[in-house]
Amino acid sequence: MSLPMRESVRVKRDTNKTSAEKGPEAASIKMNAEGLKAWFGSSLALKGVSLPIVDKQVTAIIGPSGCGKSTFVRCLNRMHEVVPGARAEGTVMLDGADIYGPGTDPVLVRRRVGMVFQKPNPFPTMSIRDNVLAGMKLNRVAVTDRDALVEQTLRQVALWDEVKDVLARSGTSLSGGQQQRLCIARALALEPEVLLMDEPCSALDPIATARIEELIHEIGKRVTIVIVTHNMQQAARVSDHTAFFYMGELVEYAPTDQLFTQPSNSRTEDYITGRFG
Amino acid sequence: MSIALAKQATSIEPRRRITDVVMRGLCVAATVIALIPLVAVLYYVASKGVGAISWEFFTHDSSTPPSEPGGGMSNAIVGSLMVVGLACAMGIPVGVLTGVYLSELGRDSMFARTVRFTADAMSGIPSIVIGVFTYTLIVLHQRHFSALAGGVALAIIMLPTVTRTTEEMLKLVPDSLREAALALGVPRWKAIVTIVLRTAAPGIATGVMLAIARVAGETAPLIFTAFGNPHVSTSLNQPVGTMPVLIFEDAKSPYDELNRQAAAGALVLVAFILLLNITARLVVRRKK
Repeated sequence: MSLPMRESVRVKRDTNKTSAEKGPEAASIKMNAEGLKAWFGSSLALKGVSLPIVDKQVTAIIGPSGCGKSTFVRCLNRMHEVVPGARAEGTVMLDGADIYGPGTDPVLVRRRVGMVFQKPNPFPTMSIRDNVLAGMKLNRVAVTDRDALVEQTLRQVALWDEVKDVLARSGTSLSGGQQQRLCIARALALEPEVLLMDEPCSALDPIATARIEELIHEIGKRVTIVIVTHNMQQAARVSDHTAFFYMGELVEYAPTDQLFTQPSNSRTEDYITGRFG
Repeated sequence: MSIALAKQATSIEPRRRITDVVMRGLCVAATVIALIPLVAVLYYVASKGVGAISWEFFTHDSSTPPSEPGGGMSNAIVGSLMVVGLACAMGIPVGVLTGVYLSELGRDSMFARTVRFTADAMSGIPSIVIGVFTYTLIVLHQRHFSALAGGVALAIIMLPTVTRTTEEMLKLVPDSLREAALALGVPRWKAIVTIVLRTAAPGIATGVMLAIARVAGETAPLIFTAFGNPHVSTSLNQPVGTMPVLIFEDAKSPYDELNRQAAAGALVLVAFILLLNITARLVVRRKK
């Protein structure tokens, strides 16, 4: 179990120089959660989590099922409260302003903090092209050159060459991996400052997963990314920082290399070496 | 022992095979029996009606004396279209919006559950009761029969069907699509209108068409609301003839000519309802 892990960490070190160049000291904090608590009805899913999200880097959140990692990212763009009976408390700073502060419009928060979900969810009534433009159209954002935006966005997610001749087809006619890239494109078209990815590869096969991971590398240079994953190798491959959640609490947060090679907490070590979870 | 078991596992016991054949036969026989009345009704209506349909049937009203040939049902065709149109104008918006409330807003609240239960109970109320209700509500109040009263009666009959199908169709829209829209920073109302309703539209349209087909053939609630009118009338405040009521009256009359017209009317009505059903099915198929 530990052998492939080290290998993947090494691969990560070799390929991803960008985070080392930026250096964690120089990086600024894009979002900062402080004492974040979240409930589903009366059950407490997040027990006061404080975690910084570094600007223009990839933060991975790992942990066993039910540890609150999905709930955490859904709190970062106020999607948690969309579920009936769910509520959150605490502060989440986005560029120094509390998104849970009074008078904050969750709709506007979500335009700045985009989200990609576990299962690809393109709009079935819209064409591929309209799916990319969905955010602009539904929010009445003026676009000078729609065709250029569609091409540019689809190129960003490496989908352009595959779909450029079938842009008028339904978004759901694509394969699962293509659909997920289309959903990433849909989120990116609005130029979010932060992109939340809630297990974006768990419904995909290994090849599609690899493509999405490449994509995260690419996009992560320009956009702040928070990715929830069940897959520790994936966290090691794609992220600059990793947070380990357990039972609704943040156990450890560290640069990815450090967390996977020298975890400071024994529960982290037990989890990443496969002793539980 | 093991050899005996292996034999048992590969050959079907005779008793099971006989049971299988008998039960299959019973199922097929029951299906055929169920089909007989359906086919017979269509055949009867078609064979009686085809000969009676003429151009005059659509252009003349039913004021022609029954002893003379050449009467028609234009008054009832116009009246039916008016009454059903009124019912749609009132029943569809209210029903669809109530469905949206139940599925998207009220969900499991006490009020929503009460509305849902009421709608289910309402769809079981005999249409004659709704006719009497509308009679006391509108006809007695206005002191005359009217197309409006007929439309209201049919709208009330449509309402529970439209409400519940809309709700069920909206519930079939996966939550992931709602979340996708909200995560793009789309306000909730807009997500409901542009994504949820749009996705469920073919299903809702089907439900609405089936509801229209149902009320188009309703007779009892129209007898003492729209009442009847031997002449073409387009006034909402006047009584109007309707297809089902006129068919009822012509069919029980002693005149052959009127009996023939009733058969023709029945054929036109059945054709209209069949057309709505087929359209509904095509809408659903195109969705897939």
